[in-house]
This record gives sequence, structure tokens and C-alpha cells, in this order.
Amino acid sequence: MKKTGAQILCESLVKEGVEVIFGFPGGALLPFYDTLPQYPQLRHILVRHEQGAAHAADSYARVTGKAGVCLATSGPGATNLVTGIANACLDSSPVVAITGQVATPFVGKDAFQEVDITGITLPITKHNHLVLDVKELARVVKEAFHIAQAGRPGPVLIDIPRDVFQQETQFVYPDKVDLPGYKPTLFGHPTQIKKAAELINGAERPVIIAGRGVIISRAFAEIRELAESAQIPMITTLLGIGCFPETHVLSFGWLGMHGMTYANKAIDESDVLVAIGMRFDDRATGVVSSFAPRARIIHIDIDPAEIGKNVRVDVPIVGDIKNVLEVLNQQIVPRDHIDWFNQLDQWRREHPAIEIRESEGLLPQYVVRQIYEVTRGDAIIVTGVGQHQMWAAQFFFYDKPNCLVSSGGLGTMGFELPGAVGAKVGRPDETVWCIAGDGGFQMTIQELATIVQENLAIKIAIINNGYLGMVRQWQELFYGRRYVATPLYGPDFVKIAEAYGLPSLRVRDKREVTSAIEKAMEHQGPFLIDFVVEPEENVFPIVPPGAALVEAMELPKPERVSPSV
Amino acid sequence: MATTKHILVALVEDKPGVLNRVSSLLRRRNFNIDSIAVGHTEQPHLSRMTIIVQGDDARIEQVRKQLDKVVEVIKIVDITEDEPVSREIALVKIKATAATRSEIIQIVDVFRANIVDVSSDSLMVEITGDEDKVNSLLELLRGFGIRELARTGIIALPRGGAGPLIVEEMRVPKQPPKPPRSEAESPPDW
Repeated sequence: MKKTGAQILCESLVKEGVEVIFGFPGGALLPFYDTLPQYPQLRHILVRHEQGAAHAADSYARVTGKAGVCLATSGPGATNLVTGIANACLDSSPVVAITGQVATPFVGKDAFQEVDITGITLPITKHNHLVLDVKELARVVKEAFHIAQAGRPGPVLIDIPRDVFQQETQFVYPDKVDLPGYKPTLFGHPTQIKKAAELINGAERPVIIAGRGVIISRAFAEIRELAESAQIPMITTLLGIGCFPETHVLSFGWLGMHGMTYANKAIDESDVLVAIGMRFDDRATGVVSSFAPRARIIHIDIDPAEIGKNVRVDVPIVGDIKNVLEVLNQQIVPRDHIDWFNQLDQWRREHPAIEIRESEGLLPQYVVRQIYEVTRGDAIIVTGVGQHQMWAAQFFFYDKPNCLVSSGGLGTMGFELPGAVGAKVGRPDETVWCIAGDGGFQMTIQELATIVQENLAIKIAIINNGYLGMVRQWQELFYGRRYVATPLYGPDFVKIAEAYGLPSLRVRDKREVTSAIEKAMEHQGPFLIDFVVEPEENVFPIVPPGAALVEAMELPKPERVSPSV
Repeated sequence: MATTKHILVALVEDKPGVLNRVSSLLRRRNFNIDSIAVGHTEQPHLSRMTIIVQGDDARIEQVRKQLDKVVEVIKIVDITEDEPVSREIALVKIKATAATRSEIIQIVDVFRANIVDVSSDSLMVEITGDEDKVNSLLELLRGFGIRELARTGIIALPRGGAGPLIVEEMRVPKQPPKPPRSEAESPPDW
């Protein structure tokens, strides 16, 4: 039986196991939306801005492990997806973005709502395709899902002209993909693995840096086995947080510009560095020439282009992390590094990352800590970008993977709210807290309507300091405290919440924080809390630009008191 | 590390937009490209790109690996070390008067190039050869005044019997038999 392009797309999505589409309609998509009700297995969530659809699909993909699907119409709808697609690209999230396009006779003629979205997204997608004939649609969809999820995940865009949705053909969903040019290496080279094992077994001061790749590969048991059997201190990147329980004795926090000083120090002193599923991003390494100067570096990653890109590597291993570690672990000799561990433990106690200074005012770090205490760490935290993001990573302990959903690579402000939408839709039975900055929150504030329309019980905590916090901090520390374009006037968020139809609270006093959070948790449904915090708090430690990781600036000494834990 | 000229050969699928993808990637990552030549191959649906790129070893390795990530790029090899046979064609229009014409023709003969067009005040020369030969001829002709020059960019094939770009012989590491993993099909349980 012949089917239309719209039907073929729907059926293909169902065959790929898609359950949710985040989308926004438009002229070019009318034929598709008209067909959608015929497929009740596909739940459509209407966002308020296509950027929200892209971020929601990204976040959904991160928390479920499935590909996230977002849908936008041609022209401005498609271009509104670009930020979200770039975000998914830099954080390796499997997102399939489908855009409508003007009818084929109009393509390339500057038609109404026409834009060359495949050209625009060339550098930020793993692959994209403009479907000019309905006969190739099923194959293109299958390939798209394969490419998005295989190897190092990433976004794929499918551009479908309006008339292709209406053309008819026989629907045959291919069994396999035929992509001779795309065959990721999944199993590490045995000789390389052997070399790595030898290095690790002979190391005196080894350190593991685990990144998001460990989470994507679901290699949690394997990495734990590696760390525990050889007693290797475990450090993560920002996006690797949660791959190893942060409350484990071998967990030494995360590295980088705002990472723990003891983590940065450990890397500086280490003699063998096992980098797993991370890409030596500049925020993580500080100035590259001073990074891990004493260490031989083992780099395990599925993307060969990342190996040797930023940092010279002694033992490169290309492969899926789970596979590689399974083989590597068998060659690891159980031992301990008791002196090294004690040294790190001492540093950890001398530079605790968890101290919150005494203050009468409401400190943002305290808010994050109280969210941790009330939820007992059992929540998915979705953040925006900026100071609040760093505090959310520092003052909350993540024992499980994909509980911190954050925009790392692109650092997109405004990710928080639609990201929370995607997380809640993906894991509806879990508590989802959206920790937002007042700046980023205003960028995608319209998704509050999505939350209410879909009745998503997301708890929102706005860290409201009236500034573009992170930029202000840099202006304070490096630009002579000249606050240009950073004081941020914002609306009364409680009134906004009321206008959107969700309950809310404002908190100015630290004694009200815990009860506010508890009230939010008790409420069955979305809840917003506007935390009006100390306006000029800074994130410490901070590695200044151009400095090495060990040259971090810490909180000025006189104000430091004993840890609050 | 020393900056040298490398010859990269890529076998790519003959699909619309592939050249765009490759050049876009080269531009984005700021790679220093001297020339790109693309054409069909002995295998159907496959095109061959010959890319001349300048850089040190680490840079070239990055170019090669980044290009390999493009889905339509099936294989990409650096054949510089193989000392391949490389050729390019140049068409050059030279100012030629009655006084200079015979001298130009003599130079052209020495290089075994061809005159392909004559007019009252110019000659068009066609030369095929490796880069050094073409450059040498152009240097000699420069003195007469070059009106217009078109060069194709280099194509190259490694010497000897079979080439490195046979798709069936693609180097695939020996995979150990994969244990049945049913969890790969169902969503992971966190």
C-alpha cells in the first residue's frame, strides 16, 4: 500500500522507538501535523520557541539514552534550532532534528520561509540531508538515527520539503544501514590496551579522569572496577560528574577552571593519567603547556580525532569505553597506592570544596546545598550556564549518572528550562530540579507555558542575583570591577509564575530556604522559587585565563571557616 | 615540527554536497590547503579527492582524522611518503610578439609542452607534469608576461601494483565475537 511522506516519516519514527517529539508547527509542516494524530504512539510536546525543542530533545536524550527528536518548520523555525543543535554537537548528544522545507520547486529561490538549513548546520551536525524524493525518506531516517547514536553521538538534521511529505510511495523500512564511510572502531587494539595496563600497573601516582564518554558508553561498573582494583583516585570532568559516586572515598571531585584544587593538584603531580571519554577541553586543562607535566597519558576515546588534538598522548586507544575497559581490567594487577592516596586525601581535607562561608545573607551555595539535603541527592539537576551552574556542580553530590544535566561544551544560557522539560519527560517518575540563573532563565522563560500545558512537575530554583553573574565575576577579578552590561533588571518572577499559572515563592532569608524547598517538593506539580541571593558572590576556586590548573585563585583566606558538613 | 607539503587522497561517496562538506570542514579548522582536485574513480558511485595540504605531522594527522569523520568519506590516506606519481595541468596565456615567439616555442619544446592557441600577440601553452616541472616552465615564461593562468591542482597515484584505496581491503581491526547484548536494544536502566 502506498503511503505519503508524512506517514512514512511517522512510521519510521515509530520503528526507531521514538515516543516523544518536541516541536513547533508551521506552514511547511502542515501535511506532517495533519498526519500525526494517526500515530498516537508519538507524543508531541508543543514548545514555545524552537530553541526549547532542541534543548528538550538534547536533555531527553541524555537522561534516557535514546535519541531525542525535535521538529521545526522551515526558515525561522529551522534557524531557531541552530543553537540547540550546536549544543548537542559539542556535548555529543544524539539528537535527530527534523525541519520542514519549502516545496522542491522553490528550494534555492529565496522563497517565503526558506533557508538553507543543511548548509547552515554543516559544521554543527554529524550529518544532514535534504530529502528531495520521498523514495529515499525511509532510508534517510534510518541512517539519521544510526549516525546520531553510533560511535560518538551527535545531532543529525533531516530537511523535508513540503511536497515530499505529500508524495506517495511504497513504504519499506530498511533492515540495515549501508554506510561504508562510517564505521566507528568499537574495540580497542589489544597491543595498545596491553601497553596501557603496563603503564597503570607500574604507576606510583596514577589518576583517572573520566568524562562524558564513560556515561555515554554506560561503563559505570567497568570504571569502578578499574578504580577500586588498582586503588586509583578518580577525577571527572564537569560532564563526567556522576559516572562514579561522588561520595566514594576514591572520588576526588572534578578538574578544571572551577574544579577542586586538590583534583587539579593531583593531575599536576601524577605520573600516569588515564583519560577516559574526555577531550581535554580548554576549561578542563587550563593552559595546555602546563597540563600534567609529569604524566604519561593514556587516552581512551571512541573518536580518533580527539586523540592528540589538544594534548600529546603516550598510549592512544580508540574504542568504545565499555569494551576497552572490559579487556583492560583483566590485565590490571590489584594493588594500592597508599602514600599517593593519603597525600590526595590530605589535600582534600586542606582545601575542602564543600565549605560555605558564614553569612547572614542568603548565599547561592547554601541554596544548592539545601536542595541536596532535602532531596538527599535523589534528583535530576538541570542547570543553565554561569555561576549557578558551577555552584550546582560543586555543592551537590552526584552519585548516579545523568543526574547533572548541563550545557558544558557550548555553555548555552537558557538551557535550564527546556532542558528540565526534556529531563522530566524522559524520566517522569524522578524529581527534576531546574537550577536557573536569572539571566539565562529570561532567555527561555516562555517554556513555563510548556511546563504548565504538559503538567510537568518540575521544581524551579532561580538563583537571582540581579547580575549576569559569571561575566560580572570576571569583570570584578580581571577588568577592574567595571561592570559593563552586567547589572540585569529582571521581572518579578513570582508574578510571572502566577501569570503562567504555576505556584511560586520568593525567599530572601536563609532561614526560609529549607521550608521553601520542602514546600516545592510536597506540591504535586510545577513549582517556582525565586531565591534572592547575595548579589556579588564569586565562584571559587577559579583558574585565571592563561594560567595553569595549579595557579587557581581560592576564596580569600580570612573568610574561610570550617566546612559546613 | 617542520611544515611540509602532504598529499592526502580521499575516497568519497559520489553524493551531492560532499565537496562542500569537505571544504567547509577544512575552512572551519583553518587548514592550509594548496589545492583540491576531485573526479570520478574506477569504482562506481565513488569520487576521488586529492588534497594538497601544508602543515606539520601533528596538523596533518588532525586533518586526516577530521575528514575521516565525515560520513561520506570512505577512506583517506596520506600518500606523501609513498613518493607517488603526481601530475597537474596548466594552461597559460603568454604575451608573444614576432620577436619573442620563436624563443617561447623553443622553451616549450624543451619542456615537451604544447602550444594550443596562437594569436597576433599571444600564445597559449598547455603543460602536463609534476609540480616542479610546471613551476619551472612558468618561471621561465614569466619573463615574457603571463596574461592568464589556470592550474588544475595535483592528482596523484602511488607507484607499484595495487593502490591503497581499494574499498574491500579497508583495514578493519579484528573484532572479537560480540557477546549477545540484549540491553543494546532496550533503553538502558539507570
